[in-house]
Amino acid sequence: MTTFLGMPATAPRGVGQLRGDRTFPQAAHAALGDAQLRRNLRHATATIRSRSGRVIAELPDWQQLRAAGSALKADVMARLPQLLQQLEARVSEAGGVVHWAADAHEANAIVTDLVRRTGSDRVIKVKSMATQEIGLNEALEAAGITPVETDLAELIVQLGDDRPSHILVPAIHRNRSEIRDIFRRSMPGVDPDLTDDPPVLAAAARKYLRETFLSTTVAVSGANFAVAETGTLAVVESEGNGRMCLTLPDTLITVMGLEKVVPTWADLEVFLQLLPRSSTGERMNPYTSMWTGVTPGDGPQNFHLVLLDNGRSAVLADPVGRQALHCIRCSACLNVCPVYERTGGHAYGSVYPGPIGAVLSPQLTGVADNASLPYASSLCGACFDACPVKIDIPSLLVHLRNRAPHPRAERAMMRAAAYLMDRPRAYARAQRAAKLARIAGRRGRGLPPPLSGWTAGRDLPPLPEQTFRDWWARRARAAEEA
Amino acid sequence: MRIALFATCLADTLFPEAAKATVRLLERLGHEVVFPLEQTCCGQMHVNTGYQREALPLVRRYVSVFGGFDVIVAPSGSCVGSIRHQHETVAARAGERGLAERARDVGSRTYELSELLVDVLGVEDVGAYYPHRVTYHPTCHSLRTTRVGDKPLRLLRRVRGLQLVDLPAAEQCCGFGGTFALKNAETSTAMLADKISGILSTGARVCTAGDVSCLMHIGGGLSRRGADVRTVHLAEILAATEAP
Repeated sequence: MTTFLGMPATAPRGVGQLRGDRTFPQAAHAALGDAQLRRNLRHATATIRSRSGRVIAELPDWQQLRAAGSALKADVMARLPQLLQQLEARVSEAGGVVHWAADAHEANAIVTDLVRRTGSDRVIKVKSMATQEIGLNEALEAAGITPVETDLAELIVQLGDDRPSHILVPAIHRNRSEIRDIFRRSMPGVDPDLTDDPPVLAAAARKYLRETFLSTTVAVSGANFAVAETGTLAVVESEGNGRMCLTLPDTLITVMGLEKVVPTWADLEVFLQLLPRSSTGERMNPYTSMWTGVTPGDGPQNFHLVLLDNGRSAVLADPVGRQALHCIRCSACLNVCPVYERTGGHAYGSVYPGPIGAVLSPQLTGVADNASLPYASSLCGACFDACPVKIDIPSLLVHLRNRAPHPRAERAMMRAAAYLMDRPRAYARAQRAAKLARIAGRRGRGLPPPLSGWTAGRDLPPLPEQTFRDWWARRARAAEEA
Repeated sequence: MRIALFATCLADTLFPEAAKATVRLLERLGHEVVFPLEQTCCGQMHVNTGYQREALPLVRRYVSVFGGFDVIVAPSGSCVGSIRHQHETVAARAGERGLAERARDVGSRTYELSELLVDVLGVEDVGAYYPHRVTYHPTCHSLRTTRVGDKPLRLLRRVRGLQLVDLPAAEQCCGFGGTFALKNAETSTAMLADKISGILSTGARVCTAGDVSCLMHIGGGLSRRGADVRTVHLAEILAATEAP
């Protein structure tokens, strides 16, 4: 399979944040034992869920909007190369410069080089998943450039030397007293008598960020959408800090996953309705910023667009898996997922946590590198119902499980079970043998792995005296004799 | 009506009462129930754990065993969901187009019990008597894959003597998820703990559902907690005609 940005087809190892160093069950263990974390997560997801549900219920055409969003994304995937070429042409005509990055290494090198050429040793950043995915902050720091996150939650994560736990609410796992401690410890020039009152915390962040906005000449952003017909980029946000970054500096560098392109301005109408209601439970997001190339004397005078592949071509090449590229990063699937609610985002080992992360990360890295993620779901289906662009996440999980490497013992057991289940008489004998042997012991305690996982918190049912098929056969004989 | 019963491997082996109750109920309503002995398992465990190739013979078996029947019923929203939504895919991926078409056809004639009763047989009052305080857990696959909606509740509301109490956060998963309960045992148990708290808060003596798998999980958790709440399949309640 050749890809239009060339090899490698999957995101490279050793750079960026798509792979964890532990499996999902291992990483979840810590979170499940952290009562404070679980309270924070439960409170936050329940709050967003109810607010989002309320504003979605206001729209009589919500299901049609979802269908429209889904159809638009399918169309984009079907003609992605042409749309990206159109985008490149329009951005260039408008005075921007387009760069193509096959992977995280290339993207980081392009951005680092662009910043160096400005002579600045600091950049302000708009909240962006793409730059987290490629580990841009780490790459900039290694080059002696200081990246300053300006989204409040990202700033909390950055100052806390932490990792984001949610796509939209990166500091969802922190409460306000933890945030005060982080500010006091790491924010330059902060008042040491800071309280944990939210307005006080916000004011401290505002003071620090204002100074940074006014003294930094380079900004790095992501993009929620890029309109191919005009070369316009769009970022939606709630705080306005992003808009400061997009308008004040002299140089703006946007790193965009190449699936973010939409054909026309009219398409934005659909997504700008779907996104805020699904993500923050708002009718419209407070700040929608759009820019096209450069305008002399107004805003950034140098604009660079870095189109990032980093595994996306590989995802696109799978006609089933490519649905994961439809994602508009609203986080609705995280907020309704019972697994995410109990384990938090760090358990997923990737900047993309929750149900969408469980299908996106393994595809970007290759399934073998994230083999436990497709299993980090009970397949309850709440994510599918919540997704504003109707990504069938449960089916994608099943699809990826079919491609994941399997433990040898499990494979042997599954094959044996399938063999038996395809031979009804042997199957019936095995059912009876299971009863006679009482292999389960008393309520199943003391079972060998992996069945021992069951008895961690559950008893096995008592075995019945008779299987259904034996009952049926005996009943049929009795009826014949009667 | 002549109705073929797909008992499901789990009900056949571990929870025969659910399948027996399905037979008793349908016969009481005047229908003929047939149980083809060549049936075994729908293959959902294999498909959902990533073994589609291993599931293929089980799809073929289901199609050949049940292909000749107009109406097939299973006391499991989860297995019916798999039959309807996964069998065709498994066959198609294996390149077996003919089988995929037949699987879709047989799947469209396979019903979950509450669907059969309400949609096909047109009955909501099945003449049951069950004098207990009962709460209903919708189960994810009945709710979101098979989309049985409120049919089980409509049936339960017509059961004489039954006091139906709402389950808080009813639509949240109990944490079973087939092999999820083994592969992610800790997360599964954490989800179960919240489901059990919800059940206990209702004061119900019986928790019912349309899937024995989820009931096995919930029942195993209730038993471990020493809680005095029983798990009973919907079919058993609908089949009951006198106080047990």
